[in-house]
Amino acid sequence: MVMKTKEKLIVKGKRLDGRKPDELREIEMKVGVIPNANGSAQVRFGNTVAIAGVYGPRIAHPRHLQKHDRAILKCRYNMAPFSVEDRARPGPSRRSKEITKVTRLALEPALFLKDYPKTAIEIYIEILQADGSTRVTGINAASLALADAGVPMKDLVVALSGGKIDDTLILDLCGKEDNYSEADIPCALMPRRKEITLLQMDGRLMPEEVKTIIKNVLKAGEEVYKKQKEALKEKYGK
Amino acid sequence: MRSDYVLKLLESGERVDGRKMDEFRDIKLETGIIKRAEGSARVKIGKTDVIVGVKMDLGEPFSDIPDMGVLRTGAEFTPIASPDFESGPPGEDATELARVVDRGIRESESIDLEKLCLKEGEKVWTVFVDVHIINHDGNLIDASTLAAFAALKTAKIPKLEKDKIVRDELEKKLPISHEPVTITVGKISDKFLIDLTKEEEEVLDSKLSIAIREDGKVCAMQKSGNLSLKVEDAEKMIDLAIKKSKDIRKFL
Amino acid sequence: MEETREIVIPGEILGDAKENKSSHGTYVEDGEIISKFLGISKKKGDYLSVIPLSGVYVPRREDRVIGFITSVEKVGWVVDINSPWEAFLSLSEAVDEFVDLKKVNITRYFDVGDVIYAQVVDTRRGDIQLSMNTPIARKLRNGVTVKITPSKVPRLIGKEGSMINSIKEKTNTIIRVGQNGVVWISGEKIEKAIKAVKMIDEKSHIFGLTDEISKLLSD
Repeated sequence: MVMKTKEKLIVKGKRLDGRKPDELREIEMKVGVIPNANGSAQVRFGNTVAIAGVYGPRIAHPRHLQKHDRAILKCRYNMAPFSVEDRARPGPSRRSKEITKVTRLALEPALFLKDYPKTAIEIYIEILQADGSTRVTGINAASLALADAGVPMKDLVVALSGGKIDDTLILDLCGKEDNYSEADIPCALMPRRKEITLLQMDGRLMPEEVKTIIKNVLKAGEEVYKKQKEALKEKYGK
Repeated sequence: MRSDYVLKLLESGERVDGRKMDEFRDIKLETGIIKRAEGSARVKIGKTDVIVGVKMDLGEPFSDIPDMGVLRTGAEFTPIASPDFESGPPGEDATELARVVDRGIRESESIDLEKLCLKEGEKVWTVFVDVHIINHDGNLIDASTLAAFAALKTAKIPKLEKDKIVRDELEKKLPISHEPVTITVGKISDKFLIDLTKEEEEVLDSKLSIAIREDGKVCAMQKSGNLSLKVEDAEKMIDLAIKKSKDIRKFL
Repeated sequence: MEETREIVIPGEILGDAKENKSSHGTYVEDGEIISKFLGISKKKGDYLSVIPLSGVYVPRREDRVIGFITSVEKVGWVVDINSPWEAFLSLSEAVDEFVDLKKVNITRYFDVGDVIYAQVVDTRRGDIQLSMNTPIARKLRNGVTVKITPSKVPRLIGKEGSMINSIKEKTNTIIRVGQNGVVWISGEKIEKAIKAVKMIDEKSHIFGLTDEISKLLSD
């Protein structure tokens, strides 16, 4: 996973796209983009675009998967073939299967599954354009889609990546930074409760650096939370 | 209950959304929306929403046509698009859609595949056209073909530096000679309809999709639906499709 | 005493649990009352609640619903009530008279495809039981059904029925509204009534909706 590059990723405090180390890319969020879904949202962080649709709660099929006292959460993270540099063969890859699982576990703690016994809540995430931090973009879209669907939640789920490039701690890694980083830490949390629901890491860091990145993500998460809140209220004209 | 209502209205020559039998819903087309792709388009016809991305790669030609580039069309009925789409490999409907879109593009000879040959028998450009359904409210064929061709028309070939693709640098446009447009006509009892919604498709008897080139030639056809078509009906549907093709063509 | 309504999001703090009481759509944690939904917050006396702006229908006892018979069982019928859970209408709750099952086929009462107006009598652990043992309950014939977001039903009905009555009068239709978001319409100007119902579903939160509906109905 270690790709080396002669190119400097940070020059005079500015990243490849001109950002400061702790600066996030341009964020756009829109709720209610898929009429057929119970809830949906499209989220963009710079050039990474994810769209999420939620169906349910609805009766869980097949029957043997039903839980008598709670809803089951089904999730699928998928990348459109045209979303990446070299066209990706359609269908789940090992990577997308793993991301599917951690995404589901990132969202589950926020839901009141016991309110809907025997049902399934289905979350589908499609990455339309990939430029780094796709799983966290997908989780942001899914959080909005769940709220839009009227699924009861303890809190929204906010997600952001942190990492290190050229000895500098950064936030919101784009594709190139992701490929050449010394570390990449995707993270998701329930912002009001300050509880982490997704935490992964690739790379080599001192423990203190890890803790610092987590703190930075928590702080910057406020900005993402604000955007989610605005997007939800905007749908209803407020 | 709903299907009875759709049929009841049609008996009196009315459609649920008030359209005329041969009227299209609102059509929106945007190209270049997927930066990662060499070409892309998003088409909305009413609530139907389809994104097509065009990606190019180096590959081997088919052995029987060693001097031509390769076109590959795929379609995914993503589960976000409809409560009855399931995750998994493309079923027969998605596969049919991909092949019908492909036929429209291929048989109309729209892309000059010979110009995509780099070394005969060894290396050619492969053009991947991937249809991604975002919301299904009927007429996926017309929407997907429009999006696919608009994506191809605005696509650019990436630069080649010593046999390696430089994705960030897009050079010339894809060599396009012809412009296909597909119109699907549905038959419900004795009425012929254009641009059926999902509700209308659920009660149709038969439908016929026709791909028409800018010079008026018909290049591909696909009949669907489980009832048979009288010959006169098929002829009427072909004529209607040709007549309506300009409603779509004006977007290209 | 109702106060102004505000749109709140899941996780938003509405008030503290010492001075207020948690009602529908909220939960309590760390001494605070928090919204569970993207919805409209309401304060009635001490009670803080949130009405979701969207979401599936969750049956509550005594709800009046419009359902579709989907299968006939030995001693009752399975009913689709536009909810994540199926409902069951038992023979004893549907028919007053004594029925000799050896001689009688219960499809004579209700069959697959029938539309009924019924009441929810039990909702334990996802087993929804319906009853026709109430004066309003009946089979609904010769009409059309439309589905709307369940949380928009009160808006469709209007204050003391003002909105729904206005639609009925101006389109000369009979309309039954189920709390489960299913609306049954029968009569003359069905298309116009459907348009009005759909408009309320899509624009329920917009100020000036009543005027827009009046305009639509008088055209």
